[in-house]
Formats: sequence, structure tokens, C-alpha cells
Amino acid sequence: MSIQIEHLSYAYRLPSGEKVEALKEITCTIATGDFVGIMGPTGSGKTTLLQLIAGLRRPTGGRIRLNGKDINAHGYNRNLLRQMVGVVFQEPENQLFATTVEKDVAFGLKYSGLSRPEITARVQWALETMGFDFEKIRNQSPLALSGGEKRRVAIAGVLATKPQILLFDEPIAGLDPYSRQHFLHFVTKINQAGTTIIMVSHNMEALAEYTRHLLVLAQGRLIDSGPTREVFIRLKQKHSGAFGQTEAQKITTLLAKNKLVLPAAVVTYDDLLSALKQELAGGGPG
Amino acid sequence: MLIEGKNICFTYEVGGSSFALQEVDIDIAPGEFVVILGANGSGKSTLVRHFNALLTLQRGELKVARIDVRNEQDVWLLRRLCGMVFQNPDHQFVSSVVEEDIAFGLENYKVPRDVIPERVRSALALVEMNGYEKRSPHTLSGGQKQRVVLAGVLALEPEIIIFDEATAMLDPTGRQEVIKIMQKLHRAGKTIIAITHYVEEAVAADKVILMHQGRVLACGRPQAILTNLELMQVAELIPPLPVRLYYDLQQAGIQLNRCPLTNEELAEAICQFRSNT
Repeated sequence: MSIQIEHLSYAYRLPSGEKVEALKEITCTIATGDFVGIMGPTGSGKTTLLQLIAGLRRPTGGRIRLNGKDINAHGYNRNLLRQMVGVVFQEPENQLFATTVEKDVAFGLKYSGLSRPEITARVQWALETMGFDFEKIRNQSPLALSGGEKRRVAIAGVLATKPQILLFDEPIAGLDPYSRQHFLHFVTKINQAGTTIIMVSHNMEALAEYTRHLLVLAQGRLIDSGPTREVFIRLKQKHSGAFGQTEAQKITTLLAKNKLVLPAAVVTYDDLLSALKQELAGGGPG
Repeated sequence: MLIEGKNICFTYEVGGSSFALQEVDIDIAPGEFVVILGANGSGKSTLVRHFNALLTLQRGELKVARIDVRNEQDVWLLRRLCGMVFQNPDHQFVSSVVEEDIAFGLENYKVPRDVIPERVRSALALVEMNGYEKRSPHTLSGGQKQRVVLAGVLALEPEIIIFDEATAMLDPTGRQEVIKIMQKLHRAGKTIIAITHYVEEAVAADKVILMHQGRVLACGRPQAILTNLELMQVAELIPPLPVRLYYDLQQAGIQLNRCPLTNEELAEAICQFRSNT
């Protein structure tokens, strides 16, 4: 299920008549089964790009092809698109509404044509994939869960429809460190099972450690893209500011000012630790 | 003490047995910068919502500026003393024009009309957003939006400003903007209470209150709390990167002269280690 994005643009008009170009001439390809991160400041067009890929907005220029077919072409089966692409919006826990967790997760399967036992099996699978004990959680009210749990239930609801492509908009914002790690661990598992993941995040550490490819947006333009590590290295060379740098990279900058130069490939915590071990090994003070 | 609490207990269930807060004692001095740290569901927000009577005290005692929070006639005074900024700025706007949004609170408190423009202007200056008076909040960046929300709170001239995960939804630049303003207000003498699970934001605090499962697990200087691996693990938090690196290097036989809290301190300790070898 490869996604080809060609000269994609999206513009709209404000009530004042002013034209806003949210996305300008984006071209890139996302391979089947990839784990892609999207990075960029607030207002750079990240969410708009996700909405276009999900077919929730129509581009004002260019096209998006799924397996070679233009998803906005006349006669393209939009229902098929909805089945293939799942979207988890920002703060999805606000979208929970059913009286029990099981009913909430099953909602998206209502018109799927699956039988009742099939639906139950699918709901069980989705909740277990998100780390829940199905029997314990199924009859609980979603509103009585903690923030992190609610979010996992909301994601299970999207997962239950078995999309081939999963889009996440800021999925870890507001989660505490443990919930963050759990979530990223589950997403990696889903990705390893073959689902393409596209994740928008402000968390540089999460992007650096979990994604394979990175798209960098700024003011509606794709300013860089490629394998995650390479992009981080390039961003550090290009910009002196904090944008797009991991903590490990910021520390290498500070060390370089003190004439301790670590390899440019230091991007993650583990990179930094092993580079420092190598640099500092061979005796302590005195 | 500006805020003095003893044995605070709270449950969200009617007649329930699961407590969101259990026997919490708290002391906050005027002008202190306090960070309340804890995992999701540890009771941080529940606790601070008692300070301005958003939640009613069920058990225990709590006084804010010597006012007993149970005094119903003082609720509005408490709300004015304790300003609060929440997580999502988009949920906190009431107007589509920045200056009207900031004036909203003032109008509700019946501040004389002729005084309002000046109060709005000085509040915007405090958050460094002058020039944005006529803008729509929805055209601003995340950090700018949160600063406008804060200006609305500051216009009421509160003594205590509570930030309830006010940086959680922001991009790195926006987070820095809000943190900078927090520190500025602290320097100006305001009492700042910030709730977060970004441990890095606790580094500059006067005092860190670590919460876990509705209880205060520990309270003290950032250095004492954030460098204590055992404590952090019980609280289900991950220590700041410099702290983790210090201990991981130690395991590899590399002993830095002190446990750093910030990236700058870490770089300094590493370079010192290097020049000593």
C-alpha cells in the first residue's frame, strides 16, 4: 500500500478573503510497511497533510496515489479508502462516548458486515494489542479510565477496523513517560505486523528512536525528507537553533563548544552514551 | 505560608473507596516556584483544583492566603487570587479577538470600563504579546495562544498562578516561550505552581512535589528528587537525560564529579572529567 504524493498543495481562503497556503508542492513517496514521522512547528501543515492522505480534504493542487490510484479521481471508491486508512486525531480520548469499552471499540465495525462473534474477536484483538486484559476492561466505562488508558482505548477503536495505513496526529502529547513508551512500543508492534504508520509528533526523541523515515515541514513546504538519522544530522548542520534537534544532539553541540567533538551520527541517547564511553574510557580522575 | 494543607483526601466516586488524593499535606510559601511532578492519574490536577475551589474539599484542611477554601462566600476571591492556565489553549478562548478575550475576566469582575484597556495592555506586555490585540486567537501559534490565555489570567492580577500541564500540547518552541514567561513571573515575585510530567521543567523549581497514586511521595529541592533513581521509578517517571547519562556512565566505570541536572551542567562535568584524565 504505497503512498505517492505528487506536487500536493492545499490552499483556503479566510473569511477576510486572505488566501492561506497550508501546503505547497509536496512531493514524496511512502513505502508499504514504513514507519514515517512528520516533524514541523505549529502551523507548518502537518495536520493538513494527514487529512489529505486520509481523504478528508481534497487537494487544491497535485495528487495522492494509493497503490498507483489517485484517491481524489472521479469514481475512486472512497469507502475503500476509509477502510484502508485509519486516523487517530489529536486527543482521541475526547471522542469516547459508549457506555462500555467494548461497545466503544466495536462501533467502527457496526457496518463492516462482520458477524457478532467476529466483531467480539476483533475487539478483543485490538484491546489486547493495546495492552489491555480484555475480560477486565470490556465492561468498564471508558470515562472512568485514566488519560493514558482512554487514549489506548480510542486507538484500539481505530485498530479494530484493521486499516493498512494508520495515521497518528500528536499521539503522545500529554502522555506521561511510561504511557509514552507503552504507546510507542505498541505502535512498533503494529508496524512490524505490516501496517504502515505515519506519525506527527513534536517529540524529537520519539521520532529519532522509532521512525524509519522523516518528513520535515516548515510553512507548508517539505524542507527535508529521508532516513530518520540522516535527516536529523542534516537538520543539525543546517540550523543552529533548537528546532529539530534531539537532546543528545543539543548536548553534542555544548560539548563541541568545549572542544569535545563527538561523531555527527550521534542522534539518540544510546548513540551519545556509547560515543561518550569510547571518548572517556581509559581511566578516571587521578 | 501562602498555601497550607493538611490531610487532604478526595474521591470522585460517591461513597467510593478509591481515593484520588490520600492524606496530602502541602506547604507553599509566597513567591515560591513549585513544580508538581507525577504520572497521569497521580492526583496532581485534583490537588491544585482545591486551591481555587474548583473542587470542594471533602476531608482535611486547606487555607490559601489564610482563607479557608470551604468558605463559600470567598470562592470568587480565591479564584481571583489563584489564576489557572490549562493544557489546551483552544479550549480556553471565549472571544475571537485577542483583546476581548483578555477583557472577559475583567468584565466579569466588574472592573470599571475605563480601566480595562490599560489592564489588557499591561497583561499583553507581560507575556510579550503586544501588537496582537486585534488578532484572532486561532491564527496564532501554540505558544502564542497559551501566552494570550495567560494574559487573560494575569489581567486579574492573581497572587498565585497555576499551570496545569500548560506546555503539554505545545511544540518545543512554544514550550520554551511559556517556560520563559513562567520564570519571568517568578522573578517578579508571583507564586508559581506548575504541574507537569516533563521532568526537565522541574529543574529550575525552588521545590518539587512528587506525587504517586494520590499521595505525596517526596518533596524537596530538584537536585534531591530528580537524581534519586529509586524515587523516580516508584513515581513511574523517567529522570532527566543528564541524570540517566551520569548513572549509565558510572556503570561503565566513568565517574563524573557530580550528578548534573541540565545539559549545560552535564557538558561541564564531562569536560572537567576529561581534563582531569
